[in-house]
Amino acid sequence: MSEFVLEMKDVYKAFPGVVALDHVQLQLKPGTVHALMGENGAGKSTLMKCMFGIYSMDEGEIYIDGVKTEIHNPMDALEKGIAMVHQELQPIPARTIGENIYLGRYPLKNFGPIKTVDHDKMYADAARVLKEVKMDFDPHTKVGELTVSQMQSVEIAKAVSANCRVLILDEPTSSLTQNEVEALFRIVEDLKSKGVAIVYISHKMDEILRISDEVTIMRDGQYIGTWDAKGLTTDFIITKMVGRELTNLFPPTDNVPGDVVFEVEDFTSINPKSFRHVNFNVRKGEILGVAGLVGAQRTELMEGIFGIRSKTSGKVKYLGKELTITKPKDAIDNGIAMLTEDRRGSGIMAVLSVADNISIASLNQYVEHGIVLNTKKIEQLVKENVEKMNTKTPSSKTPIGSLSGGNQQKVLIGRWLANNPDVLILDEPTRGIDVGAKYEIYCIIADLAKQGKSIIMISSEMAELIGMSDRIMVMCDGRVTGFIDGKDATQENIMELATQFES
Amino acid sequence: MKKVIDYIKGNPIVAMLIVVSIFVGLTTDNFFSWSNLGNLISNTAIRFIIALGVSGCLITKGTDLSAGRQVGLAACLSGILVQRADYASRAYANLPEFNMWLALIVVVVIGALIGLLNGTIVSRLKVPPFITTLGTQTIVYGACLVLTNAQPIGGFQKGYTELITGRIGNVAGFHLPYLLFVALGFGLFFAFLYNKTRHGKYMYAIGGNEIAAEVSGVNTAKSLTLIYVTAGIMYATAGWLLAAKSGGASSSMGMGYELEAIAGCTIGGVSTTGGIGTVPGVLVGVLVFELLKIVLQFLGVNPYYNYIVQGVVIVVAVALDIRKNIKKK
Repeated sequence: MSEFVLEMKDVYKAFPGVVALDHVQLQLKPGTVHALMGENGAGKSTLMKCMFGIYSMDEGEIYIDGVKTEIHNPMDALEKGIAMVHQELQPIPARTIGENIYLGRYPLKNFGPIKTVDHDKMYADAARVLKEVKMDFDPHTKVGELTVSQMQSVEIAKAVSANCRVLILDEPTSSLTQNEVEALFRIVEDLKSKGVAIVYISHKMDEILRISDEVTIMRDGQYIGTWDAKGLTTDFIITKMVGRELTNLFPPTDNVPGDVVFEVEDFTSINPKSFRHVNFNVRKGEILGVAGLVGAQRTELMEGIFGIRSKTSGKVKYLGKELTITKPKDAIDNGIAMLTEDRRGSGIMAVLSVADNISIASLNQYVEHGIVLNTKKIEQLVKENVEKMNTKTPSSKTPIGSLSGGNQQKVLIGRWLANNPDVLILDEPTRGIDVGAKYEIYCIIADLAKQGKSIIMISSEMAELIGMSDRIMVMCDGRVTGFIDGKDATQENIMELATQFES
Repeated sequence: MKKVIDYIKGNPIVAMLIVVSIFVGLTTDNFFSWSNLGNLISNTAIRFIIALGVSGCLITKGTDLSAGRQVGLAACLSGILVQRADYASRAYANLPEFNMWLALIVVVVIGALIGLLNGTIVSRLKVPPFITTLGTQTIVYGACLVLTNAQPIGGFQKGYTELITGRIGNVAGFHLPYLLFVALGFGLFFAFLYNKTRHGKYMYAIGGNEIAAEVSGVNTAKSLTLIYVTAGIMYATAGWLLAAKSGGASSSMGMGYELEAIAGCTIGGVSTTGGIGTVPGVLVGVLVFELLKIVLQFLGVNPYYNYIVQGVVIVVAVALDIRKNIKKK
């Protein structure tokens, strides 16, 4: 009997042109949380997909309880006790919790000569596993009615129902509030005590240090090492991940905020549960951070300002002049740009080239003779943009979908800079991006502010808000609950404002 | 040379068809003949014009099932307008005889209006294109039946049929059909439209990610409407050409052309998941499909089997194309 519940040895996997995994190993002990860390593109997800049977390994071996085995597909993995909760959840919203949990392995009963789904057993079992993940829900509820964190609990319940012995959690907290994170951790502790080995992928250092027992770090498809989590420091992990010393998490911001240029007055959504009576302003060359819990309606507010969502009242002024904005184009024409939160959903056009993705918002500048686009000038724009942003792409003709998250984000920021906007709204600009690329994006933001652009930055990472903002606006449940000067901001005073719910 | 090999590797259907064509050419008498080439060109030209129209809809993740019936309506209407005044069984005895160019303008305007209807329903009312054009397909067919009273239309002005079926020049004994130049002209125009104008870039952007395009300031409703209007104009033009080429028109004309056009586009690499497709690709796709039909005819395959073979080719071509993309992952 091996001391490891699951072992991956010498895993090699290549894609055309890239070696994704270069002889990597991973050893999981039962009843532990094993953090898997590395920058985006380090090969974490690829390794997990090999373990879960989504990819097949070119070389390497998998042992379960010391016995060599092969995993052919996700169903096979589940049968062997391996379950995975993906970063981007893929539930079937129109079906019930019970059906989502038992999808593909419905309990059956005999109905004469044919087998039919045993709904009674399915829902009874579902209710039982829901209890195990501390979720008090009727399993007949449609999954589409749940919040993201509840959907995640359903996914975990699915893993529990399969009696899994290895559970992979891929960035499970990226869209959870603090309370939800705590609830998730309780479930993780519970599973751990039952002897489940948990692979925990996250970029959030505080979570890793708090919850994990062991840490494996990968870099550029290579195995760097495994350490006992006790005694590890953030600096040590980052150094190993990046492969060089990172002296600063944030660049020095030497921008000097000037006069108030951008004003929002009495902004109220058409949806009574969303933002209401919001007033704020931004100075020239200022970085205004926007803090709040999930559900604080920060994104909704900014999308309202940008013309994606409708409002019932409210004014937007630039240099004292009121702007009429009913659609994104109006905002863009008035010098406003918005990097949206959902990079895949409303940012990138995955199959189109980097060049097309950069130029799409600024094509008007390149029209000649009323109709023809000057493709030479566009190529020039793209070239400069890629260089300035330090975007790593094989060529400007590469489809953006094949770049890493950080590089996609740089392309999207570049898209807006091509328009030379005065006001930039950045919604979670570094979500899902690795440490190195994060720093580069902070530098870009700081530089833009220095150039005199007004920046509004929504972020759910406290450190980022405190490290980058000149001022922080805090929202709770659709209202602005206060402003904090960047110098005075602490996690505590932000949280205090962020939780001022109306009684 | 390497490029040629890579192309063949990437497009096995095209390669296979070329091989089969050579085989058929060597084993039958008239396959490699000027008249057969002329046939192929004329058939391909009109299908290509229709396929260009539908390509914009496909690239933006839509479709246009009304294409074929629109071609039919335009053909019938053109026919009615250009019927000779002295023709015995005119559809509308009191109608004056129209100049053929005026008839073209009339059908193009009507085609544009049908396109505007499709585009508006798709972009403003957000009805899925499949359903929208399924509806307009039926409406247009009904309108065509009402217009023609389900009677065939004949007795066109001589100049009309002669012009469209006319040929020019002499390349080693081959007279180039006018239709070749018409098709090339439209091909060049669409290549320009797709690659060198904002409209083209916006079209690919909408196909790539409609929400992202909207957020980037693209007026997606306007772009989509314009795409369906352009498509309507192409179908109308094709109908006007088809009536002349056939020397007559009837309400059954154009039936199923939308499916052939969609098949041609997809064989030519237009992605049904949006954002991908080129004019040369569409040309190759349509050409392959027309070549296939002629090859089957020369092989003496029972015409009833033709449909089975064509269907298999569509599915296999697209399956191979999708496999290519899956591998890249």
